[in-house]
Amino acid sequence: MQTAQAPSTPVIYQQRQPLIWVGRGFFILLGLVVAYILGTNLIKNPTLFAQIFISGLQLGFVYAMIALGYTMVYGIVKLINFAHGDVFMVGAFASYYAVAKYRLHQWPASAFPGINPTLSVLIGSITVILLSMLVCVILAITIERVAYKPLRDAPRISALITAIGVSFFLEFYGALNFVFSPRFIPYERPFEVVAWYIKNGIHLVMPGQQAPENSVTFSNIFLIIIGVSVLIQLFLQYLVRRTKIGIAMRACSYDRQAARLMGIDVDRVISFTFAVGAAFAGAGGVLYAIAYSLIWTQLGILPGLKAFVAAVLGGIGSIPGALVGALIMGQAEAMTMGYISTPMRDAVAFTILIIVLLLRPTGIFGEPEKEKA
Amino acid sequence: MLLEVHNLNVYYGAIHALQGISFHVEEGEIVTLIGANGAGKSTTLRTISGLLRTRTGYIRYKGRDITNTPAQEIVKMGISHVPEGRKIFAPLTVRENLLMGAYTRNDPNEIQRTMERVFASFPRLKERINQLGGTLSGGEQQMLAMGRGLMSRPTLLLLDEPSMGLSPILVEEIFRIIQEINQQGTSILLVEQNAHMALSIAHRAYVLETGRIVLSGTAKEVAENPMVKAAYLGV
Repeated sequence: MQTAQAPSTPVIYQQRQPLIWVGRGFFILLGLVVAYILGTNLIKNPTLFAQIFISGLQLGFVYAMIALGYTMVYGIVKLINFAHGDVFMVGAFASYYAVAKYRLHQWPASAFPGINPTLSVLIGSITVILLSMLVCVILAITIERVAYKPLRDAPRISALITAIGVSFFLEFYGALNFVFSPRFIPYERPFEVVAWYIKNGIHLVMPGQQAPENSVTFSNIFLIIIGVSVLIQLFLQYLVRRTKIGIAMRACSYDRQAARLMGIDVDRVISFTFAVGAAFAGAGGVLYAIAYSLIWTQLGILPGLKAFVAAVLGGIGSIPGALVGALIMGQAEAMTMGYISTPMRDAVAFTILIIVLLLRPTGIFGEPEKEKA
Repeated sequence: MLLEVHNLNVYYGAIHALQGISFHVEEGEIVTLIGANGAGKSTTLRTISGLLRTRTGYIRYKGRDITNTPAQEIVKMGISHVPEGRKIFAPLTVRENLLMGAYTRNDPNEIQRTMERVFASFPRLKERINQLGGTLSGGEQQMLAMGRGLMSRPTLLLLDEPSMGLSPILVEEIFRIIQEINQQGTSILLVEQNAHMALSIAHRAYVLETGRIVLSGTAKEVAENPMVKAAYLGV
């Protein structure tokens, strides 16, 4: 039994209290500057702002799909699964092989020659996404069994380092020539991109043509990403609120030992959690590849890290937090690209991490770590 | 014999927590293990329910060897452990807590029926069915923990310190309910520091001291033992 000693504030911090106000003042100033930049730009050119907002939304919903995996796994095993971004990458590659090598997206057309072409593309694309999700699930369960499970009772830092190791393994093993190759690979989409522009109504952008000046464009990929991401959120809410395994996930995340006394097979629940997170990341990987159409083995690193920041920002362990954090991250990145400069996007993303850790380490929806007697 | 525990030796690292514990529980009995803090009472329960492993000896349940069986299998066999400190799932509602108690069972109608029976024993839980476990009072949490333990329809209920941190009136109520549960056919292995209450409802008792059983007998015999009177009953 542990006896928690009440931490008394060290004297040194009490003396420095005025400095905290300097820090707060700085952050308030920073907030005002950001609000000013965004506000003036919104007034100056609302269409550009709307365009940037749409690309931020697209990015945010992709991050949300990855962030859920981070937050769920953290919630249950208190592990930041740094290999998660690479599972996302494997999802993208799985769909690449399914489409470019095996033409899986065309199977309905070849199996039923008379089929409606739109329906064929729809079924084919869904097949590709589901297959990539399955590949990610198998990969994640394997990783969990091989790398994390033996460390279940080891200090947390061991598992964390192992996660980083698994991440490097996937990136560099994937970069071998007989695996995915180290090159950038142009991604063949299972369906055509269709874009619309909004200017006095919604119009289709004709192939080979540009959208007119001062209009806001969006694509079918944008709609699909939002649709799939929202679907995943709803599915997850249903899972953790209404199903037995979902409630068991929450029980395990609160108290693993008590969960065992209920007859819950905790190892299976943990595997299941990894699998669900990986399935979402897999779907995210496919959609990301479709949207940005270039893949390579380190594709998962930055989206993975940013989704991690999103999960921390929302409050790690919180499912709605992951979505909110991801949407904020997506906007921050898009706004930076649009109004400051593209290379700044990563710097801003990680500055947000630092600010969150300084101001509210538990994130937006997080609660301070409860003290256990 | 419902439960037979023979020569358990359990270690926490280098600490020899149980030093050859043997006892048994008959069908329909309330058996209590009493003893001071650190005597090994909770360790005994945790070993039976599969959270800890024993190095020697055996545990037999309904004649079957269940030594070092994983916890989830033990629950399926009909042993339910209500842990010390209640350990309810604070972020889950009362209903969800109870459903977790029935995790090993699959028939929703049967589970619903058991839940109704639990509500009959603990009407207060029904009033709070959609409240989060963490918002309940200490007494209600104890009721929830016991109700949750009953949801697997156990033949043997292991209760660890059900009176801990409760007011005397609540302790009376909890012990009355324990007797009720027993009369409905569930055998009970009760671990208590409140020796007086435990001995008042138990059929038989064992006294633990630093990992060893130092005394055993019917509850009445144990209660009248001068050593027990001096050390545990404060007479």
